[in-house]
Amino acid sequence: MTLPFWQPWLIPILPLVGALLNGLFGKRLSNSVVAAIALFFTGASFLFACVHAFVLINSGAAALETSYGTWIRAGSFSVDFGIFIDHLSLIMMLVVTGVGFLIHVYSVAYMEHEGGYYRFFSYLNFFMFFMLTLVLANNYLLMFVGWEGVGLASYLLIGFFFLKDSAANAGKKAFITNRVGDFGFLIALFLLIQQFGTLRYSTIFEIASLFSVETTAGIFTAIGLLMLVGACGKSAQIPLYVWLPDAMEGPTPVSALIHAATMVTAGVYMVCRSNAIFSRAPIALLAVVIIGTLTSFFAATIGITQTDIKRVLAYSTVSQLGYMFMAAGVAAYSASVFHLMTHAFFKALLFLGAGSVIHGVGGEQDMRKMGGLRKYMPWTFWTMLIATFAIAGIPPFAGFFSKDEILWQVFSSPHGSKIFWAFGAITAFMTSFYMFRLIFLTFTGEYRGAKPEAHGAHGHDDHGTPHESPWLMLAPLVLLGVLSVIGGWVGIGNRFEHFLDPVIQKVSTEQATAQNVEAVTSPVSEGEGAAGESKALENTLMAASVLIAFAGLALAWFLYVKRPELPAQIAASLGGVYRLVLNKYWIDELYSAVLIGPLIAFSRVVLWQTIDQKVVDGTVNESAIAARDVSQIVRQQQSGLVRSYAGWVAAGAAAVVAYMVWMGTR
Amino acid sequence: MIPISWYLLLSAFLFACGVTGFLIKRNIITLFMSIELMLNGVNLSFIAFATRLGTLDGHIFVFFVMVVAAAEAAVGLAIIISVYRTRETLNVDRVNLLKL
Repeated sequence: MTLPFWQPWLIPILPLVGALLNGLFGKRLSNSVVAAIALFFTGASFLFACVHAFVLINSGAAALETSYGTWIRAGSFSVDFGIFIDHLSLIMMLVVTGVGFLIHVYSVAYMEHEGGYYRFFSYLNFFMFFMLTLVLANNYLLMFVGWEGVGLASYLLIGFFFLKDSAANAGKKAFITNRVGDFGFLIALFLLIQQFGTLRYSTIFEIASLFSVETTAGIFTAIGLLMLVGACGKSAQIPLYVWLPDAMEGPTPVSALIHAATMVTAGVYMVCRSNAIFSRAPIALLAVVIIGTLTSFFAATIGITQTDIKRVLAYSTVSQLGYMFMAAGVAAYSASVFHLMTHAFFKALLFLGAGSVIHGVGGEQDMRKMGGLRKYMPWTFWTMLIATFAIAGIPPFAGFFSKDEILWQVFSSPHGSKIFWAFGAITAFMTSFYMFRLIFLTFTGEYRGAKPEAHGAHGHDDHGTPHESPWLMLAPLVLLGVLSVIGGWVGIGNRFEHFLDPVIQKVSTEQATAQNVEAVTSPVSEGEGAAGESKALENTLMAASVLIAFAGLALAWFLYVKRPELPAQIAASLGGVYRLVLNKYWIDELYSAVLIGPLIAFSRVVLWQTIDQKVVDGTVNESAIAARDVSQIVRQQQSGLVRSYAGWVAAGAAAVVAYMVWMGTR
Repeated sequence: MIPISWYLLLSAFLFACGVTGFLIKRNIITLFMSIELMLNGVNLSFIAFATRLGTLDGHIFVFFVMVVAAAEAAVGLAIIISVYRTRETLNVDRVNLLKL
């Protein structure tokens, strides 16, 4: 390979160097040096990513693979340290480094007043290293290393304020919930090794291309379902989504980078990367789309009732990730990745905006205590408004293109169904509603927070009235705002889809339709019939989704600006239903009653008090006690009287003689 | 010719005298002499068998036993003197420090 500047290993290694420098020496460095180190290494990584993207696209190659030596060799099985860049990992790489760099810039100002400045940037760079390992790996095992690494970084950063119990617990919850998913992913890897004898992407996909689509549940279905379990953990899908809302205990830039833009999309990336496997397993695809639909729908309903600004965004993230799974589940992988990219822009922007708001009002996260912030922080307001338009799916903002593409694919794909589309459309309506609710509650009306004099006593005199954030925080907001507007335009005319074409393995269609598992629920598989009709249908659906978005906007305006007393009345009249949703369907309580409680009880009673205390400790203690008791009896022999010893010896000798005489006379 | 059983009976008698003396006496010197009696009782049966079978093995064993007994006597008497110096007694029942 003789491409100019082709050193892809530098892209993940640079943030690692930054993490090591800050982690090892950061304590002795001043804050500005720490920030400079962190920014330099992520910025350089972003530049290298851009260079490599440019080189790859210019080279015309579909994918470039570079190996840096063997990592594990066991018999015929071997794993390389290798980097695999195709158009999919290229997009991921640019999103991770680009958005990551902007969030680093933002954090420089945001984290200024927090302790552990160097620790924060060390972890953040550390995360970038593992995330890039995840997306650039050329085999599943190296991907798994990155997968676990980002989990570790996520745990460290959620529990960044580790003196706070809730933060430490949220970190543990995220880590342990992810273990469940990783378990599935690991078994999927074992099955891959058993089936293909390798974990290298290119080899696996090449071998997979020889297989036709499975009609019944076979090995591809098994691998796909297990991978889905892993993806559910990492990407916060039902039933493993519970950790993500709690992860908001971390600093806001962390929520933006890890729990919105990049890490949580790793599951989506993995499903899209494994499209050769999923496309051959219709049952696994059906599971993906069902999980995605349910997740996006339920998370959106919860999002409507939350009052903590970050939690609204967290449920919104879960919901949007559900959209990505819906798209992946109908084999529209490029739509999924497209939404992943636009979502990274606008959701990172929303989180950073929320962080700016929290920063501006002195740490308050409850939207009921905000309001009227528009005149205090205009930059934050306008950028967040752009992001809200984007997520609500209003043209020409980025989210419109990707969400519309997903809804269209869900409607029209042979794997899709009108039912899924209906759920998606309702979710889009709810998304628009709760996002504009957030905007109206936060930025319009009168400021409902604490008055200046009340805060003076706390010594936070500059937090008396809300204030705009420093330019170092606003610059990333503006840049992400620009991306949230134009980011979707790459999807016009299906250009984005064609860009990803080399990544998506074609599965012969006659087989795909032959055993259309979803056909039971959907008669829509004749989509290829008339191109013109389909185009008209697409436009109708597009208009519908725009209308839906505006309907959500209008409803939010009506309830929170025009008649602000209505929401409370509606909530009161709904009673039990409202409380059910407000308390997140009691899922956390259900899990702790059904899973965690019994598990702890089992651990305590059976594992600890029975197995450990009684069996393990008991064996050791009882044998010691038995040895002591026997010794107690035997030591009575040691009287110190020489003649008694002699007597015993004589008696013994006599016994031996008697025995021998007796034997001799027989 | 004197039958071998006589020798063996004498040997057993000597040995039994030694054992009995060892068990009932308290004076260490007496115990010591009892041990010699036992050893020599055994020596007698060795010699008797060696003569009867016409082999040299028994003789050699007897020499070994005599050498070991001499060495043992030397060491044993030294220990007895040492015990007497520290304990000022030769009664074995009072030399009983090595117990639980």
